[in-house]
Amino acid sequence: MAEVIKNRYEFVVLFDVENGNPNGDPDAGNLPRIDPESGYGLVTDVCLKRKIRNYVETVKEDEPGFKIYIKEDVPLNRSDNMAYEYLETNDKDVKELKKKDPDVDRKIRDFMCRNFYDIRTFGAVMTTFVKAALNCGQVRGPVQLGFARSIDPIISQEVTITRVAITTEKDAENKKTEMGRKNIVPYALYRAEGYISANLARKVTGFSEEDLELLWEAIINMFEIDHSAARGKMAVRELIVFKHSKELGDCPAYKLFEAVKVKKHDDVLYPRKYSDYCVEVHEEKIPDTVEVSRKI
Amino acid sequence: MGWGVRVHVWGDYALFARPEMKVERCSYDVMPPSAARGILEAIYWHPGMRWVIDRIQVRKPIRFTSIRRNEVKSKVLAGNVLRAVNGSSKPLYIASKEEIVQRAAILLKDVDYLIEAHFEMTERASAGDNPGKFKDVVMRRLRRGECFHMPYFGCREFPANFELYEADDLEDGDGREQDLGYMLYDFDYSDPEDIKPMFFRAVLRNGILDVRDCEVVR
Repeated sequence: MAEVIKNRYEFVVLFDVENGNPNGDPDAGNLPRIDPESGYGLVTDVCLKRKIRNYVETVKEDEPGFKIYIKEDVPLNRSDNMAYEYLETNDKDVKELKKKDPDVDRKIRDFMCRNFYDIRTFGAVMTTFVKAALNCGQVRGPVQLGFARSIDPIISQEVTITRVAITTEKDAENKKTEMGRKNIVPYALYRAEGYISANLARKVTGFSEEDLELLWEAIINMFEIDHSAARGKMAVRELIVFKHSKELGDCPAYKLFEAVKVKKHDDVLYPRKYSDYCVEVHEEKIPDTVEVSRKI
Repeated sequence: MGWGVRVHVWGDYALFARPEMKVERCSYDVMPPSAARGILEAIYWHPGMRWVIDRIQVRKPIRFTSIRRNEVKSKVLAGNVLRAVNGSSKPLYIASKEEIVQRAAILLKDVDYLIEAHFEMTERASAGDNPGKFKDVVMRRLRRGECFHMPYFGCREFPANFELYEADDLEDGDGREQDLGYMLYDFDYSDPEDIKPMFFRAVLRNGILDVRDCEVVR
């Protein structure tokens, strides 16, 4: 069993999109998410977590200990039942078991954490166990992500496309093409910030050094296996990791984040490529005990 | 009040979900005491102490925004699952389309608060514990920016920056009074089998929510 992480971490991820839609807004007909007041583009935390899960699932192929709980196709309760099977019970007998073994909550929780990478990392709400008054319900994972926001306001552009295949017979009698729409961002650089609590790793989920390496790998490659017609060209450009010397950390997170400055060059009016931006890490603002590494 | 602290917290977004609007989450106008307690507990907590929130100052205008996300729907019927576990060869499978639901959330934007709180000792404190020790740990963590896990405003995707508020007292507000209606005070955990919510009448006076002597409705 690999060692549980002992340091608090913070990280900044910069990723860009070229002629694609990084994260559609269901409220706005799948237009790229945008903050209506400021015009900055948004990518939700859950969108990025999905990519990390997909990467781990693809790379590890359900290897023991690296299963993924929230899959795109498989219902949650089937995975829950793995825990029941492990404890040789089912949800009818589990009440009995609870009387006999007061530790059963913790056992189920540990089992789920041990087997599922995403629970170990992000946590999970296992309310399906609540029925029998088992209180292993919520697991908070050590890794916490905020919304990603673009560095500059974005514009989203509507691209009208046509296709020659008609869906229904009836329509085919009247027309030769159908129109479709794609919404793209010509270019945008997004910044996401994340936190890793060593305490939650140690006390709750057992998130290990090995898991951490896999997390970095997954973040760096999260768009490499996620190409699709809608996404365009997406890539992670920068992963800056702050490693505190202690479990509780050495300084406030905002100070570390403020030390990373991302700006577009002064002579650039319309950013269209990554080199239109410059990234500076002001190490002088970071305490000496915090180890900074740029993983890309 | 000898063991009180003032903490400045701020962030881009917050979602303090109203219990009456749970499916499509809608935030309260300001941070309820229970959320403030959660933030302090993320920084420091010990079984021997209990955080009590005194006042919450709202330092930025109350502004909302909304976001809709794909979320996972409620759980599958246990009976179906049980059949699958008990050797039914039929694979238990539900398309993700059916498992997913789109939910909007109304969030607060650009929030900034001061939390004034103190702690009380509980009977779970061990012999060596004393308020002075706890206070020292809290102050050290606040000064250094240490925390157990990153505190957040209601949901984990809305991280809360924090620092010790060093000034003597809260700043003066604009003098206005705003009635925010009934708001969640906290949960009553005294009976773990039956956790009950408690509410109070929230009035923002001079930008400050004072919950020191508020009447709690169960």
